Amino acid sequence: MSSHAATGQIDHHHDHTTSTGIPNKKLLWWAFLASDCMFFGALISTHLVYRLNPPPGNAIPTQVFNIELTSFSTFILLMSSLLMALAVNAIQKGNVKSTRLMLLGTMFFGCIFLGGQVFEFGHFVHEKHMTLSNSIFGSTFYTLTGTHGTHVAIGVLLLGMMYVRTFKPAGGGGFLLNFVHLAAVSVVAGVAFIYVVPGLIEVIYGLNIGVLLSRAALPLGLGAVAAVAMIILGRSRGELEFGEKNAIDVETIGLYWHFVDIVWIIIFTAVYLLEYL
Amino acid sequence: MAEALAKSSFTGAGHAPAKTFDLFRRPTAKTGLIGWLTTVDHKKIGMMYGGFAIMFFLIGGLEALMIRTQLIVPNNHFVTAQLYNELFTMHGTTMIFLAVMPLNAAFFNLLIPIQIGARDVAFPRLNTFSLWVWVVGAILLNVGWLSHFVPSWKFGGAPDVGWFGYAPLTSKAFTPDLSTDLWVLGLQVLGLSSIVASLNFIVTIINLRAPGLTMMRLPVFTWMALVTSFLLVLALPAIAIALVEVMFDRNFGTNFFEVSGGGQPILWQHLFWVFGHPEVYILILPPMGYVSEILPTFSRKPLFGYPIIVFSGVAIGFIGFGVWSHHMFTTGMGTIATAAFSIATMAIAVPTGVKIFNWIGTLWGGRIVTRTPMMFALGFIWMFMLGGFSGIMHSAAPADAQQQDSYFVIAHFHYVLIGGATFALLAAIHFWFPKFFGRLVPEFWGKLSFWVIFVGFNCTFFPMHFLGLNGMPRRTWTYDSNMGWNEGNLFATVGAYLLGVGIFTYFAVLIYTYFKGEKCGNDPWDGRTLEWSIPSPPPEHNFAAIPSVHARDAFWYEKTHKAEIAKEKAALIKAEESHGGIHMPDQSWYPLFSAIGLLIGAYNFAQLHHPVVIAGKEVLPSHLSLAIAGATVLLVSCYLWALEGPAGYHIHLDANVNPTDSHGAHH
Repeated sequence: MSSHAATGQIDHHHDHTTSTGIPNKKLLWWAFLASDCMFFGALISTHLVYRLNPPPGNAIPTQVFNIELTSFSTFILLMSSLLMALAVNAIQKGNVKSTRLMLLGTMFFGCIFLGGQVFEFGHFVHEKHMTLSNSIFGSTFYTLTGTHGTHVAIGVLLLGMMYVRTFKPAGGGGFLLNFVHLAAVSVVAGVAFIYVVPGLIEVIYGLNIGVLLSRAALPLGLGAVAAVAMIILGRSRGELEFGEKNAIDVETIGLYWHFVDIVWIIIFTAVYLLEYL
Repeated sequence: MAEALAKSSFTGAGHAPAKTFDLFRRPTAKTGLIGWLTTVDHKKIGMMYGGFAIMFFLIGGLEALMIRTQLIVPNNHFVTAQLYNELFTMHGTTMIFLAVMPLNAAFFNLLIPIQIGARDVAFPRLNTFSLWVWVVGAILLNVGWLSHFVPSWKFGGAPDVGWFGYAPLTSKAFTPDLSTDLWVLGLQVLGLSSIVASLNFIVTIINLRAPGLTMMRLPVFTWMALVTSFLLVLALPAIAIALVEVMFDRNFGTNFFEVSGGGQPILWQHLFWVFGHPEVYILILPPMGYVSEILPTFSRKPLFGYPIIVFSGVAIGFIGFGVWSHHMFTTGMGTIATAAFSIATMAIAVPTGVKIFNWIGTLWGGRIVTRTPMMFALGFIWMFMLGGFSGIMHSAAPADAQQQDSYFVIAHFHYVLIGGATFALLAAIHFWFPKFFGRLVPEFWGKLSFWVIFVGFNCTFFPMHFLGLNGMPRRTWTYDSNMGWNEGNLFATVGAYLLGVGIFTYFAVLIYTYFKGEKCGNDPWDGRTLEWSIPSPPPEHNFAAIPSVHARDAFWYEKTHKAEIAKEKAALIKAEESHGGIHMPDQSWYPLFSAIGLLIGAYNFAQLHHPVVIAGKEVLPSHLSLAIAGATVLLVSCYLWALEGPAGYHIHLDANVNPTDSHGAHH
């Protein structure tokens, strides 16, 4: 493939080195997603089975849920798929700058979604007193949505790795820089979804912003330092090894990201909306 | 055209980038400890799978002999009831997950790339990862035995909840010790290994076929491997989630199977058997593949009804997902569910029967050569049919209510798993041994071991049908002398010793052959498939020229069209050399490092809430930090693995197709 990179004649939909023309990586991810369907299938089934047989004292979902907030974060997650598609499109055209921007945008939206979930979990536990162990609804709800959240978090990490990967210099090396850069990206994303987004949601619900700043001063400070590092490391550094030939790598992460989105549509319907029928 | 054909041998991501991130120097040793630990060669990985699996097969066999010794006479006290529970749990778990599945994985690795005319699997480093992750799972499952020898290792013995681990037996209230946590994590890790390996084989079989090798020309073994891989990928998630739920119940206070908190233990049975029944076909479909290779070779004619055999295999895999509740007829599911699963179970016998008739059709009118592999294959057809007959009896729910949890069931599934799966595996080991070790197993000793195994097996398990119908429950530690079970048990135990002698003879002969056996050529059986066209043992790059396939029995075609094939091969070798030589994948440390991280992480996660005690002193209040350390090793190794890239090197062939290797010289 790389021999064609200079001419810009890469066929992104057909790989002549495989029997079927489908790139190996893409086929692997499709097969994995089939497997992942069964993971979520088992979890959603567990939730639905127990939903039909609530024991006395079970949590009442409609009294626990904050459906406005979840609808908002669902919308954000769905829109992140648009940015992901644009990132794939950009790298297929060899536009690395635009690819980076779209990857960061996808991560940003993913972090908003995750932050919503962090807020939601904290809210349910502390305000609504629904924990993992005090009701079967809590057990199935946290396990199912938590597994999905873990999938999104892994997706954000993968996108972060891909973003950092775009800076790989053509001449080789840059190993240490790569690690520092990934650490910075991870810290920024982590602080964003654990502290910043849930904090801002609390601010919308009436928390004084000063309280937020003092409560999470250390992580917010660390996040700010990491953000500065990310901006510095995010500047262009000479000729790049990364380019149009890597489109398949971005596309496979895209497959995973879209899949996790689609699963959320099912979870949002089966776990949240179903309770309001 | 020739150039395009040559390019089709590429294993994965095309050309290596000019420079990769290197933290450690990539290993290049082909022999010695490092060579084996870091290898990406599918043949070496297959041999390691095979070696470990045979070791666990013998361990599982010893466990079985201890069980039979305990049952030889009534009111026996050879082992304690607790140890008996551990023995039958680990016998089942070991034979399924650590013996038959990895033996199948060994043959997947050894044969698939060669049968499809490829030089390796699609993702060679991922393949190494699957192997070492499997080893991690085996360690986690068996580490509990140490408690019997070193009292300070407080695991509470080996797992003792049965291989099915029914809730609520697995809850903290009934099995408070660590053995169950290690069982949960061990199975979880083995599942990960199988899923990763299966994804790799799916891509390999679909995408790495040699030119001309259409799907309907694939050897039946490879077809069955493909179906099995799909079954694994789709069935294992169900048990993975069930295990996660048990783990959460035990460690984080959820209520999935806690009746007092609204949980329903029956859910475990459903999730377990949604995995567990396809698992039965995961164990038996590859053996059906071996037999479909061996029977035509020794009948001297092509396989009868190839497409029907393939479609039957696919149908078995498909229907196999819809019969799981026949393991649960006595749980009171209601008449509709019981009837539906009864009918589905009867239906799945149809494609199985179709296969048996096709095998008989293959034998029909053939010039049958009764070499040892053929003896085992014929034994397979007969014994597997007996297991199938008692199996179809279970599909009648009222009859099943009598047979459930009795020795009749034990008899049934041992006929399927020994008379079926194991006979076919023993046939396969004999059949392909000359290919991978270059030596032929002595015919007399091979046949002798077959007859001893055959007689011993039937003496052990045939009486169990009667014991079961006379009411002897399975998983019973001992029994009273007035139950009418004395003679049957004595007979079965003596048969088990005979079976043990047969298995011992079989492997002793293999070890003898490895060192002293008669050397053989490339094609001792006049084989039909591509593996017989290359040297024994195969060179690292498998094929001097990627074969182009013209017929279903590809090598029989080559043997009858020598001039045409020779011309084609010479052109292909030339084309590939002009293209830079034979591209081979580089070795790597990171699959091994990742697996070590997983071992540290999973081992410590299993005992999360217990304090870390070293030499009688409490060092840490919990295992959390150690578990995180393991997870970090895993994550960092995976990241370095990604950065390292597949890379690769080239092999160049001289005029006599002897290879020289251009190590480290990337193009």
